[in-house]
Amino acid sequence: MEQQIVKVKNKKGVRVIPGFGISMGVTLAMLGCLVLIPLASIFLSASQLKPGEFIDVVTSRQVVSGYAVSLSCAFLAAVVNAAFGIVLAWVLVRYDFPGKRLMDGLIELPFALPTAVAGISLTYLYSDQGWIGSIFAKIGVDIAYTRIGITIAMVFVGMPFVVRAVQPVLEKLDRQYEEAARMLGASKLYTFFRVILPELFPALLAGFGLAFARGIGEYGSVVFIAGNIPYKTQIAPLLIMTKLEQYKYADATAIALVLLVISFLLMFVINSIQIYMQRFSKA
Amino acid sequence: MYVEMKHINKTFDGFQASRDVSFGVEKGHLAALLGPSGSGKTTILRMIAGLDRPDDGDILIDGARVNDLPGSKRGIGFVFQNYALFRYMTVADNIAFGLEVQKKSKGEIRSRVEELLELISMKDLGKRYPHQLSGGQRQRVAFARALAPNPQLLLLDEPFAAIDAKVRRELRTWLREMIGRVGVTSIFVTHDQEEAMEVADMVILTNQGRIEQVGTPEEICLHPQTEFVQDFIDTKRFEALMGIS
Amino acid sequence: MKTEKNLEQNKNPDAVGDGIHSIQKVIEPPKNISRPIVKYILIAISVLFLAVMLVVPLIVVLVNALGDGWAAYREAVLDEYTLKALALTLLATVSAVLVNTIFGVFAAYLLSKFYFKGCQALATLIDIPFSISPVIAGLVFILTFGNIGWMGDFLRAHDIKIVFAVPGVILATIFVTFPFVFRELFPVMNAQGNDEEEAAALMGAGGFTIFRRITFPHIKWALLYGVILCTARAMGEFGAVSVISGHLRGKTNTLPLHVEILYNEFNTTAAFAVSSILVILAVLVLIARNIVEWKRK
Repeated sequence: MEQQIVKVKNKKGVRVIPGFGISMGVTLAMLGCLVLIPLASIFLSASQLKPGEFIDVVTSRQVVSGYAVSLSCAFLAAVVNAAFGIVLAWVLVRYDFPGKRLMDGLIELPFALPTAVAGISLTYLYSDQGWIGSIFAKIGVDIAYTRIGITIAMVFVGMPFVVRAVQPVLEKLDRQYEEAARMLGASKLYTFFRVILPELFPALLAGFGLAFARGIGEYGSVVFIAGNIPYKTQIAPLLIMTKLEQYKYADATAIALVLLVISFLLMFVINSIQIYMQRFSKA
Repeated sequence: MYVEMKHINKTFDGFQASRDVSFGVEKGHLAALLGPSGSGKTTILRMIAGLDRPDDGDILIDGARVNDLPGSKRGIGFVFQNYALFRYMTVADNIAFGLEVQKKSKGEIRSRVEELLELISMKDLGKRYPHQLSGGQRQRVAFARALAPNPQLLLLDEPFAAIDAKVRRELRTWLREMIGRVGVTSIFVTHDQEEAMEVADMVILTNQGRIEQVGTPEEICLHPQTEFVQDFIDTKRFEALMGIS
Repeated sequence: MKTEKNLEQNKNPDAVGDGIHSIQKVIEPPKNISRPIVKYILIAISVLFLAVMLVVPLIVVLVNALGDGWAAYREAVLDEYTLKALALTLLATVSAVLVNTIFGVFAAYLLSKFYFKGCQALATLIDIPFSISPVIAGLVFILTFGNIGWMGDFLRAHDIKIVFAVPGVILATIFVTFPFVFRELFPVMNAQGNDEEEAAALMGAGGFTIFRRITFPHIKWALLYGVILCTARAMGEFGAVSVISGHLRGKTNTLPLHVEILYNEFNTTAAFAVSSILVILAVLVLIARNIVEWKRK
């Protein structure tokens, strides 16, 4: 049935609403010139690398540790954001309290605040002289210039994703599911984990994925607090930057290509899980 | 009387949903709460279930005042309007939910679930998910889930509203038979008078938050006590239906 | 009876039958009578988390900006390079918003009003810049327009400079904010359906008239919202711009890059002072966002 619709509509003159040609033209032209062609350059450059060269670059100790730092910190940050994101979404949807609107408005701050500003501010705050860093320094925990600091910066930039993904779903969630569980004698906590959480899971996963992807690629807010100690706190995007400053374009391209593939794979896996989960919501 | 409502009042933000509601349902009976949309029948059901609290008045179940008892401790099974089946659990897991919560042993749960699947004639469908079922099958699962913990009272909120007109009649008969077989006292909400007259052995007619009349279907048809009942009930149709002429 | 009628209209369209249940779902504030402790603990956790993660960093910026007094602040903010950076930031932001709004409107119109093969793939492609590291976004322009890029020779021959120049900064800013307006418009236009446009088309209205008279009124708040988000992100873009700008002071420096330079020169107070301009802009954007959100409802 769907196939047929496509065919009929693709014949010229059958579309009722005008503007298909110009919309298609403008969309493809702009997308092509501004995004796809530049993006293709990276694959073009990468294809000029010799396979041996490519492998040498991306398996060098420094680069591998860069990937490891980016991925592990971004994953941890996304987990933290998932946990707090659910709590925040829950509080914003289910409770009434003074200052709720302000709290809701603040969530987008990491989108609006330039990453470099967030970076220097967090670095200042968590260095061993800073307001929070000095407290932790007393018990012997360094935050700035360690992976903890990187993770905190990634938590900052990824914060809105989970909240904003889960919030609308929680708002629309039919109370009957909870009431049904309650009538069957389930406690609030049990109801949350067995009944509500599965309902929120697709949205939670989407938010988690976006926060994770953002963390992997993040540069501005992380670069200051990371301290860029080789093998310890060098993130992958920073390695690309360093190679560029040394005019090693081939190396930068190779590192970037692997990072791109990781991001695409991540989005692909998350999309697949979501499509799978959608089967359950068929009415 | 197994269930009794005494002088119940309930207001939602200035909207009075129940006005001095009093009635009783005897043990083993199947009662219908009938009335037009917005007449307050679902509110009554939800108050019996403990999902809403009355502003004043008493709710008695089996002679005990249950106003302060949480819904889950009242021995009630509830079938929700859209069934509220848990989407991410199989049919069997849905039915088992209430038993798991009570920390019953695995063997006990399995045998009870099998027994109920048999009762609703869905023995081979235990591993399916709600989205793989028809509307009628979903209703049967919701029914089985509510019955699993052996409730003394079964409440059903518009049990046929979400079902095709075609299958509806069939399901009515089925539900009536099942309730008879299990022998559980039941109250269901409906806005469809035909449904109420056909299925229930007692009808509670509500209008604008008030109880207009309580009685058997025949009594309500033949002896309407208020003008509203007279207007609301299509007497001719039921006389023919019940073979009274 | 009258109030009852009114209440009935609030009814959730999905609910069947009795109105009370659904009415009450709309009106009644969520209750948690049994365990208010849980409520307060969860609120406390949220407040603490937001305070530590968001509010304190903002305060840090403002306190440090004024750390050396008002005169030092004025000097840092009114510095020649700061003002030039501000001008470039504004130029890049305005360009990005303009380009991405045009794109967003056409693309959302295309994908919501017409059905064609590959529309799903197209939507995915549009989202790509969203999931790419900003550093890579900058890199792709160097690999395209830079000396080693495949267009490098052509550009050099015609004496056009893109990389390490203002056009590069603008292109990189456009790239990273590319999907923003589209992402806000598409769900709204999709939910609206095609009926009204089809009716107008059958009455003989042209494409532009249909858009202006029928589609636009539905999407104006979403459009504004998208523009605001795009502005915020464009203003603060750092990674992509950092790669492509070459950090030429007074020429290709945007405000965030200027902050970085000052910070790396250990001129912390000035770095925070310049940051405070961006903080104020960010807060203004947030306020605008909330007003739009409120108007939409």
